[in-house]
Amino acid sequence: MTTHTCDCEKLAGQNQADEAELYKQLDTIIEKHKNVRGPLIQVLHAAQGLFGYLPEKAQVKIAQGLDVPLSEVHGVLSFYSFFTTVPRGKHTVRVCMGTACYVRGGKQVLEKFQKELGIGVNDTTEDREFSLEINRCVGACGLAPVVTVDSDIYRRVKEDKIPGIIEKYKNGAGK
Amino acid sequence: MEQINVTIDGIQVSVPKDSTVLDAANAAGIYIPTLCHMPGHKPLGACRVCLVEIEGGRGALQASCSFPATDGMVVRTNTRRVHNARKAVVELMLSAHRQDCNACNRTLNCELQAIAKRLGIRENRFEGEMPKRIEDTSSPAIVRDSSKCILCRRCVEVCQNVQTVGTLFAVDRGFDTVIAPTAKKELAEAVCVACGQCVSACPVGALYEKNHIDRVWDAIADPDKHVIVQTAPAVRVAIGEEFGLPAGSRVTRKMVAGLRRVGFDKVFDTDFTADLTILEEGHEFLNRLTNGGVLPMLTSCSPGWINFIEYFYPELLPNLSTCKSPQQMFGALAKTYYAEKMGVDPSKIYSVSIMPCTAKKLEAGREEMSVVDGLSDVDAVLTTREAAQMMREAGVDFVNLPDEPFDEPLGISTGAAVIFGATGGVMEAALRTVYEVVTGQTLENVNFEAVRGLEGVKEATVKVGDIEAKVAVASGLSNARKLMDLVMEGKADYHFIEIMCCPGGCLGGGGQPIPTTDEIRKARMQAIYAEDEGLPIRKSHDNPAIKALYEEFLGEPNSHKAHKLLHTHYTPKALWPTDVPLDEVKSK
Repeated sequence: MTTHTCDCEKLAGQNQADEAELYKQLDTIIEKHKNVRGPLIQVLHAAQGLFGYLPEKAQVKIAQGLDVPLSEVHGVLSFYSFFTTVPRGKHTVRVCMGTACYVRGGKQVLEKFQKELGIGVNDTTEDREFSLEINRCVGACGLAPVVTVDSDIYRRVKEDKIPGIIEKYKNGAGK
Repeated sequence: MEQINVTIDGIQVSVPKDSTVLDAANAAGIYIPTLCHMPGHKPLGACRVCLVEIEGGRGALQASCSFPATDGMVVRTNTRRVHNARKAVVELMLSAHRQDCNACNRTLNCELQAIAKRLGIRENRFEGEMPKRIEDTSSPAIVRDSSKCILCRRCVEVCQNVQTVGTLFAVDRGFDTVIAPTAKKELAEAVCVACGQCVSACPVGALYEKNHIDRVWDAIADPDKHVIVQTAPAVRVAIGEEFGLPAGSRVTRKMVAGLRRVGFDKVFDTDFTADLTILEEGHEFLNRLTNGGVLPMLTSCSPGWINFIEYFYPELLPNLSTCKSPQQMFGALAKTYYAEKMGVDPSKIYSVSIMPCTAKKLEAGREEMSVVDGLSDVDAVLTTREAAQMMREAGVDFVNLPDEPFDEPLGISTGAAVIFGATGGVMEAALRTVYEVVTGQTLENVNFEAVRGLEGVKEATVKVGDIEAKVAVASGLSNARKLMDLVMEGKADYHFIEIMCCPGGCLGGGGQPIPTTDEIRKARMQAIYAEDEGLPIRKSHDNPAIKALYEEFLGEPNSHKAHKLLHTHYTPKALWPTDVPLDEVKSK
């Protein structure tokens, strides 16, 4: 079963829009958040939704637009494992390594994904289909171990279910 | 303000309503150890050393620096639980801290070491893996050593909020956290003005000046070198602190004696070229005022400020005085005027400066700072701390040194020069001279109180003959930014603005003895003005050695020769990464 949580990943699907158009959208996002208190994380979140990652140029634009030092923009995004500064695959698999998921087999689930996808944590498959990340608790410990793929949530994941999950997203399926 | 009552270790105190538990403890005279806390700054709550027990509540120990005091609160700071918790916090810090304390530049003046002693830590309980060490020696002014860093973030606070430069921030997370420039770049590649306020704020040895001590010892040991030294105005009112004297001790002549003992051939004074700066800058100002030049004119003595304007306000570079700083004027004259006068080959002169500043190291290395081909005008720049260290190494008993005068002629100066060390001093010194040059009359009261004091931004209108000169003074780059924003928006009608990079001016510079607090700044400032009062001549244009310099060598202020040797130019610096293709480059 899947649960819809947030549409930022869906936006990533529109990456084909040309770059100038994306930066125009980023300007609008920055403008909207300018007078909000503590806007940086929200803007970074939206920007990653636009580009699929946070290119340096977007970081600079955000620093300029929100009038915060570039060091702070980079420092904040480096703190959260959600943010990435390198292009990612079309689909992002995040295996929860929070305490509950870990004790209920999260580590074995992660190893299975690494084996099936042939990549390590924070890497992207050569065909740019999948990126693999770990997560520090998604707040659904009752469902442990939890895996998210894009904005879909998989609960009580067992190793033998993993090839099926991957298959679902291959070649544009799944969305 | 409404008062509240708080009981700490049985002592009842009444404190203002917005106090923290730490404020209340201070009021009760109870010591709580702190590391990340800086008085006058908003609490960071990062280090957790200041834990206390609050009666009632949820039972958790609280960080007193950031926990609000409430009426009727009962606090305990002296319990076994508090002792153990604080100790554990510091032991964990030490477990990730490279403890080669004897080889550390901050040994015996390290807050971590002092707290470890105070808490009675006698063993390393948590030995284990150490974070990866980053030792960044790329900057000509400041060295970063992550292996000493305790992640207190005091440097981040001063860099971002006091100086509004924002070079440093915490990068990555947990065990991997490091305080670093954007994307963990080296300092030399980052937007850094080299002011050293981070060094001043650092409780440990994670940030310190680039060492110039060895090269100076080498020069002194070289019989072929004629080694001369100049001392900046603010050094004489602070260096005593390095030898246990109270802040604000005036030790000018002991300092001179100490430097002779170290082995310098001549001990001169940057104050000499501070006077010269007033002549050059004062005439430049009058020239701009009467000939429709770019106004407001901005002072150019402070190299951290020069870096700042080159990065953040390149549009205002035409407003900067073209005068070199007193350090660089001295260096230029050392290898020309002085070399000629002494009959010494300039290549044999090794010119050293002692500065309250780290940015002066960067300034001395700027490629335009060379009046004799192939030679630097200033060969080495020692901070106040480094100069004291050389005296220690030389076995100098500073406190018991006799008083000795500076050497002539580059050691002759006036009260107008010594006040360069305090915010507002350059402005005051300039006004003393400009007034007499314009009116042809003697200025009886030379004290311009309106531009004195620690306040971040000061303004005054001064009647100089027919001119109502509107002046402003700022120290600390956040204050400089306020004035520059006004100038950019066309909302400022000042004629002349003095900017000093560090809060309080050079007396609070990044090369001064550690610690520097507002109280210490005030004490050093009082000493500066007392030095001024105590000097027989208090106007730069009355300095006989300066008069002789113009007669014998330079001609007149702003002459062709003066321009060639004593003036400079500035270059805009890229604030944003240049490898990023931006549609338009915005300046902030």
